[in-house]
Amino acid sequence: MAYDKFTVLKSTAVPMPIENVDTDQIIPARFLKATKREGFGDNLFRDWRYNVDNTPKQDFVLNNPIYSGEILVGGKNFGSGSSREHAAWAIYDYGFRCVVSSFFADIFKNNSLNIGILPVQVSPEFLDKIFTAIEADPKTELEVNLPEQTITIVATGEKESFDINGYKKHNLMNGFDDIDYLQSMKAEIETFAAGRLY
Amino acid sequence: MSNTPSTLFDKVWDAHVVRKIEDGPDVFFIDRHFIHEVTSPVAFLGLQNRGINVMFSERTFATADHNTPTINQHLPVEDPLSANQLKALEQNSAKYGISHWGLGNPKNGIVHVVGPENGITLPGMTIVCGDSHTSTHGAFGAIAFGIGTSEVEMVLSSQCIMQPKPKKMRINVNGALNKGVTPKDVILYIISKLTTAGATGYFVEYAGDVFENMSMEGRMTVCNMSIEMGARGGMIAPDETTYAYIKGREKAPQGEAWDKALAYWKTLKTDEGASFDVEYNYNAADIEPMITYGTNPGMGIGITKNIPLSTEVEGGKSTYEKSLNYMGFHEGEQMLGKKVDYVFIGSCTNGRIEDFRAFASIIKGRKKADNVTAWIVPGSHIVERQIREEGILDVLTEAGFQLRQPGCSACLAMNDDKIPAGKYAVSTSNRNFEGRQGPGARTLLASPLVAAAAAVTGVVTDPREFI
Ligand code: SF4
Repeated sequence: MAYDKFTVLKSTAVPMPIENVDTDQIIPARFLKATKREGFGDNLFRDWRYNVDNTPKQDFVLNNPIYSGEILVGGKNFGSGSSREHAAWAIYDYGFRCVVSSFFADIFKNNSLNIGILPVQVSPEFLDKIFTAIEADPKTELEVNLPEQTITIVATGEKESFDINGYKKHNLMNGFDDIDYLQSMKAEIETFAAGRLY
Repeated sequence: MSNTPSTLFDKVWDAHVVRKIEDGPDVFFIDRHFIHEVTSPVAFLGLQNRGINVMFSERTFATADHNTPTINQHLPVEDPLSANQLKALEQNSAKYGISHWGLGNPKNGIVHVVGPENGITLPGMTIVCGDSHTSTHGAFGAIAFGIGTSEVEMVLSSQCIMQPKPKKMRINVNGALNKGVTPKDVILYIISKLTTAGATGYFVEYAGDVFENMSMEGRMTVCNMSIEMGARGGMIAPDETTYAYIKGREKAPQGEAWDKALAYWKTLKTDEGASFDVEYNYNAADIEPMITYGTNPGMGIGITKNIPLSTEVEGGKSTYEKSLNYMGFHEGEQMLGKKVDYVFIGSCTNGRIEDFRAFASIIKGRKKADNVTAWIVPGSHIVERQIREEGILDVLTEAGFQLRQPGCSACLAMNDDKIPAGKYAVSTSNRNFEGRQGPGARTLLASPLVAAAAAVTGVVTDPREFI
């Protein structure tokens, strides 16, 4: 799927200081029967977000208008559970481009990177600083700089570096997935093919 | 060129890396791409959504096989979902200029049978298809493996996929095979030793006298089942047998191109001293005709042996018992003499001419057992023609068997060829998973000789009695 390029993202953030947020919470299994990839954002955190009668749960963070932004900050071990790519689709479709946590489940991390979400893994201490800053001021901005691989709390200037696989970084910065990446190599592939015996 | 000894696998793999991505996968060039009706429609949809074209339509070949009927192929396909997929394959092929061998086409047949048969599969190639038994083509010294639908889209749009390089395993089998022991028995024996996960993460090279002395059909049977021990694929170095098989086939190189290709093929062998991550050695003399008694291809034994006791097998006792329960068998029992309801000969494992010759060698002059329903399904129309021309059809008919039309058939039972629940089928295909040949079906994997012996006696029988 094509997604927007990711370079530097400066945005307020939505705090979710809960550990082990699993894929069943991110998108419950009953919403997986769709045959298209659009519309999953409506059901992101469905059971935390809505009552059985579909009225919003007032105490859930996504229903609290003082929090907004393209960055979701979660507790440790974010995205555990199944391999469903739908979890990442739902987060993207809702409008998040970056998830910050002190630890990510492996498959969720890969799925996210494949569809244009940047998972930023920070130290537990830095994660605490972010939560504290947002708690003090919901309008706290974070700056995620992919080329430099840093995340900064804008108001205080506190900064930390994060890791990312070089191939995935290139893809994100160019808004590519594997197919786009291969498309970008067409001239090289063309030349390679011309040199084949058959 | 460096002088470091390298393996056949390295030589072919390295020659196809377009770009090495640092701490990422290799961009891996694909020479030949096979598609069929089941795993391709969503990939074409993806292309359409992105508005991109097929990059090298001449490198992709389409055939209809997975859900085609094996009788009355001239009539419209009844099942609407199957008919839809077949139509999508035809339309997509036409739209993108891909050669398409649909139902009724004289070259139609199972994808892994028609590729080699028409000279599309050649040594040193990389070959992929949205079907795990693509490993079959490794028999020619090609790197061949199955891919997922998103990768089908990658190959269509760029002729490449992103692949990390697997580890290397060599399996050597030396000595002379006993009477009645076929390539199918060799691979079932290896899988029974290595288990279904024993080669996970590896690409296998088969080496030694046994494979050197094997026909191309036999080598394809062996490579076909590499996936059943978890391997990405398996391959055998090309030799005179390989060249002789390829020469003169429709799409094979000719004239000057042939000479050039041949010179290249002769370099395709593992150098002396090249190293593998792991190596196994087996003795041909230890192998007898094999049969499976459980619900994965690793659960196989020599046909005269008893079903192992749960104390003798690795892994959980409860899984083992569940498996035997499904089969309706007990530990310690003999397989010989067990009643057989169905016999299936066909599939990309054993649906080639040599398999029907083997089957006929036992059937000849005998009669089909009354309690047995037999489905005899050639792998392709070309095989079907050979069966007629060689007089095998007459042998079959005299013994009370009928020949069906080509396709995957009961190998995965996507069409109407389903083994009924609870019934026992001796099958020359590749998977005996629960429900693989139909809900509740009980599959005994074996060679065409074992299948033939069961077909005339109605029970599990040692084929050596008839040879
Ligand atoms: S015969 Fe069976 S294994 Fe072979 S291609 Fe068909 S479905 Fe796959």
